Amino acid sequence: MAVQAVTQQKLALTGNEAVAMAMKQINPDVVAAYPITPQTDIVQYFSTFVADGKVKTEFVTVESEHSAMSACVGSCAAGARTMTATSSQGLALMWEMLYIAAGFRLPIVMPVVNRALSAPINIHCDHSDSMGARDSGWIQLYSENAQEAYDNTIQAVRIAEHADVRLPVMVCQDGFVISHSLMNLEVLPDEAVASFVGEFAPRYPLLDAEHPVTYGALALQDSYFEARRQIADAMSRAPAVILEVGKEYGRLSGREYGFFEAHRLEDAEVAVVAIGSAAGSAKAVADSLRGQGIKAGVLKVRVFRPWPWREIGDALGSARVVGVMDRADGLSNLGGPLFGDIRSALYDRTRRPLVVDYIYGLGGRDVSLEDIEGVFRDLLRIKDEGRVTEPVTYLGVRE
Amino acid sequence: MSELAESKPAAGSKIAAPPRGLPGWLEIPLGGILVEPGNAVEYRTGSWRTRRPIHDPGKCTSCMICWLYCPDDAIVVREQKVVGVDKDHCKGCGICARECPVKGAMTMAEGGAY
Repeated sequence: MAVQAVTQQKLALTGNEAVAMAMKQINPDVVAAYPITPQTDIVQYFSTFVADGKVKTEFVTVESEHSAMSACVGSCAAGARTMTATSSQGLALMWEMLYIAAGFRLPIVMPVVNRALSAPINIHCDHSDSMGARDSGWIQLYSENAQEAYDNTIQAVRIAEHADVRLPVMVCQDGFVISHSLMNLEVLPDEAVASFVGEFAPRYPLLDAEHPVTYGALALQDSYFEARRQIADAMSRAPAVILEVGKEYGRLSGREYGFFEAHRLEDAEVAVVAIGSAAGSAKAVADSLRGQGIKAGVLKVRVFRPWPWREIGDALGSARVVGVMDRADGLSNLGGPLFGDIRSALYDRTRRPLVVDYIYGLGGRDVSLEDIEGVFRDLLRIKDEGRVTEPVTYLGVRE
Repeated sequence: MSELAESKPAAGSKIAAPPRGLPGWLEIPLGGILVEPGNAVEYRTGSWRTRRPIHDPGKCTSCMICWLYCPDDAIVVREQKVVGVDKDHCKGCGICARECPVKGAMTMAEGGAY
């Protein structure tokens, strides 16, 4: 392990407890949130910290997620460091304000505990909730385990508030698989987190009566396009900030973060791309296949928005066949959202791998090591055949 | 604005000509925020007008009802007398004529141009 600047506490925490702990240490000015399975613990633990005086946060209890994000928009525009958390239908109910938070350039940080969207109603993990919000102007960080959920939440504050970025950030973790599973993780001292996140320096705060501003003015054909172009510019500046913050966090904690984790990809012939907890299983399977002489590798996506397409193209470009694992179905007849973006990242390369998609784990359907080994075997078959006949496969669904 | 001063436009922006005369995306404040109070006056809503109010100073009693109701502050008042309509901002909504208590003092005519 790399050198770390501070002594850390080892604790056994669930993903939700880890995120609530990070929120306590960030000590935001305002949290406006509404409970929803499987995010409920985060809000419940955090409200205990508020009641016990462990944080100085103004906790706003609201009647819905629509109101939660509305309150967050108001509070962040007023000049307060603002957080919330949600899942699934809650995120769906926030929809119109997600775009407003990004459009107003408000650095709100929101843990999202990924859960399937209705119907049928389901409380377990897939990524259809946050994947739907991929074009909303929010930065999206995904976590493989409770440690990463904790680390990403702290880094998200610095990324969101950076002067070059000023965009809201979702910190995603798999519902139940991570959120309700205990893991031994390292937690930074409170003062180290306080010093890492620093003071919030709001831009154009509504409460600055000396410099009155208007949020939410009409911008029609003559100006809307320029405001939206500016958001795209901020998103294009975010990658450098994400790397800079990831390195600084590494110096503090010994855990450095980049755009993704490239696991044994250098000489890989078959590679699996995954997001979240399944990436851990995929790495274990790749290691086991390496023992059998199969050149298997894994790319675990951490940053999905902004999309680090050049770097992902470089990391996957030498593979012969890439299998994308999508825990959300795009229902487009051409696979899930990760598949489209991975294929697009590889399209302009002179030597392109074959790329196929596996839709898996919808509504919390378990994905086993054997399932993922089956994916690698399928990739080997495609490598031998040298062509793609079926671009999309539904993995582990009853026929 | 300073936070975007070092931005470089993408090459694609040269392909199609955008409307001129307004600030570019590098120059506007973050998030479409207005940083100068009272600048609605710069927005010429008068160009929206398809009907126009006609003020008759001979009949008008300067009761100020039209001034009170006008949603665009487009009734021009000098020395406590209604003297006409601000053509740059009147949208031609007709509220002034509808609320005017004196017959013929404020009437609507077809067409936006005076």
